[in-house]
Amino acid sequence: MSTDSSPKAAKRRPDRAALVIAVALIAVAAVIFWDVSRLGAIASYARIGPTTVPNLVAGGLLVLGIWTAIEAWRGDFPEREHQEMGPVLWIVGGLAAQMLLLKPLGFSIATGVLFAMTAAGFGKRKLWLTLPIGIAFSFVVWVIFTRLLQLHLPSGPLEALFF
Amino acid sequence: MSTFEFLLQGMLVACQPMNLLYALIGVTLGTAVGVLPGIGPALTVALLLPVTYKLDPAGSLIMFAGIYYGGMYGGSTTSILLNTPGESASIVTALEGNKMARAGRGGPALATAAIGSFVAGLIATLLLAFIAPSIVKLALVFGPREYFALMVLAFVTVSSAFGDSTLRGLTSLFIGFALAIIGIDQQTGQARMSFGVPDLLDGIEVTTLAVAMFAIGETLYIAAQGSRAPDKVEAVKGSLWMNAQDWARSWKPWLRGTFIGFPIGAMPAGGAEIGTFLSYATEKRLTKHPEEFGNGAIEGVAGPEAANNASAAGTLVPLLTLGLPTTATAAIMLAGFQQYGLQPGPLLFATNPQLVWGLIASLLIANFMLLVLNLPMIGLWVRLLTIPRPWLYAGILLFATLGTIGANPSVFELGMLLAFGLLGFIMRIFGYPIAPVVVGLILGPLAEQQLRRALAISQGDPTALVMSPVAAVLLAVAAAALIIPLILRARGRGQVLAQLAASED
Repeated sequence: MSTDSSPKAAKRRPDRAALVIAVALIAVAAVIFWDVSRLGAIASYARIGPTTVPNLVAGGLLVLGIWTAIEAWRGDFPEREHQEMGPVLWIVGGLAAQMLLLKPLGFSIATGVLFAMTAAGFGKRKLWLTLPIGIAFSFVVWVIFTRLLQLHLPSGPLEALFF
Repeated sequence: MSTFEFLLQGMLVACQPMNLLYALIGVTLGTAVGVLPGIGPALTVALLLPVTYKLDPAGSLIMFAGIYYGGMYGGSTTSILLNTPGESASIVTALEGNKMARAGRGGPALATAAIGSFVAGLIATLLLAFIAPSIVKLALVFGPREYFALMVLAFVTVSSAFGDSTLRGLTSLFIGFALAIIGIDQQTGQARMSFGVPDLLDGIEVTTLAVAMFAIGETLYIAAQGSRAPDKVEAVKGSLWMNAQDWARSWKPWLRGTFIGFPIGAMPAGGAEIGTFLSYATEKRLTKHPEEFGNGAIEGVAGPEAANNASAAGTLVPLLTLGLPTTATAAIMLAGFQQYGLQPGPLLFATNPQLVWGLIASLLIANFMLLVLNLPMIGLWVRLLTIPRPWLYAGILLFATLGTIGANPSVFELGMLLAFGLLGFIMRIFGYPIAPVVVGLILGPLAEQQLRRALAISQGDPTALVMSPVAAVLLAVAAAALIIPLILRARGRGQVLAQLAASED
């Protein structure tokens, strides 16, 4: 992890992103408290039941959320490197496309799309080249895993063409 | 029966042709993922969980352990030739090893790493075999509160004792706990945190979480770094063999590294990284060639490499005898046992000795296989380093999603994969460690079970948790492991701990 703690960084401002994390942690704690409150006093022996541990975890998250807020306010979080969002969007798009295409088009085509978009995220933007390679590669993987290892992978029009 | 007889019986199991094949597949895959930067043994075992659940339990566990050992061997190759550690326990190896490779002594560096790993793996696996039965005897008298205290200790050491921030380590751990609550409560059958979504009733799959956090989170993080200057692969020049002086300077560091690494792995005290740093520091102090340190001293490769393999074997001690994982890989191996309805721990030695001893014996065999794979065939592994990144990461994501699709081909499961992948990415940006999330998800429910049993026995009185001397001592050590680093960091001495950061593997 980046441990760039330069002491000369004199003017430390509240870290907005870290404050968002603090709020998120407290929100998760609130959701857990709310959820287990509905389980109530059913089936608890000597006050120990399914709500005991969730309450402890939510309490812990609440404390950690407040602690995060304090560190964020004092600007104690390590400085972050610049992140390029373009490649990330390509890859997230690829995963989303695979998720949506898997049922209608089968494993090979959906995963081929993911393959090509990931390669694009890393700089290989020639989709007319990467897409066929990805689909062919995924198809080989599909054959190996479904035929030889008997793993169930969804099939689509391409797989139906051969088997 | 004595340990020797058990080990011989285990050897019979391990030498069955199918099990030998599984071991070979395991060590080959393990070496490959160890060599490839960005993926490690934890991820690989997680990927294979859904693929292997129709196979025989002994065979797949032998394969998983082979992957773990292989990852430790393969990581050194990347550190030496690329200066980018393939897995976190090889960071120290890069310090001296890469300098040696640049000076044209890459061959001896690879050789001392491989032979050192072999020596350490062999001694540490034998230590595991001889220590395990006595820990099992000890563990049989443990009740729920002692187990709970032991798990609390593991939680603290995995999340916050090392690394650069107690806050972020604990936060990661509690995110794991929060995810562990989701699903049906094991003891009362009530649905918790599932919000009426049927897909959530079974809880969060360990595989989905681990693959998302390690493979997708890491890929996104590396992609977000953009096109920074790629690392140069050093060609292996000159002889691969060590000369007499190399041998003379290597054998003591191998042995010292083994005896530093093994106890650290065996204690519930986090990963293999800590042992490698201690071994490096020891060799630096004891060397007769202090001027070479920083410029490629062979001791600085031999010691830490032995230490990291010895810790890997050490990690199996708490995993097999107590059911207590202390690294991400061990946590996922625990999930592998659970997949077959097996719970590692003292009882497993009694109910399923063939499996346990077969596994331990197969580690000895795996070690021999790894020596062969890593010395004469080193050129093959070096070629793996030259795969262009677009193809490499496209392939990693293909296999990452394959495991999840094979287990449960639903849009919901893939959506969770994407969501946790983004969570892993954000956590990496902000410097949160990943391993505690996985350990929290797997060990959290077991700790809850022990806590509830302990409290039920005491009729809800929490003070009973510290009334047993063993539990009280363990909890006191855990408290110390939480508080002392906090004080050290507050006084600005945190750098040492940050260097010891236990990251993903």
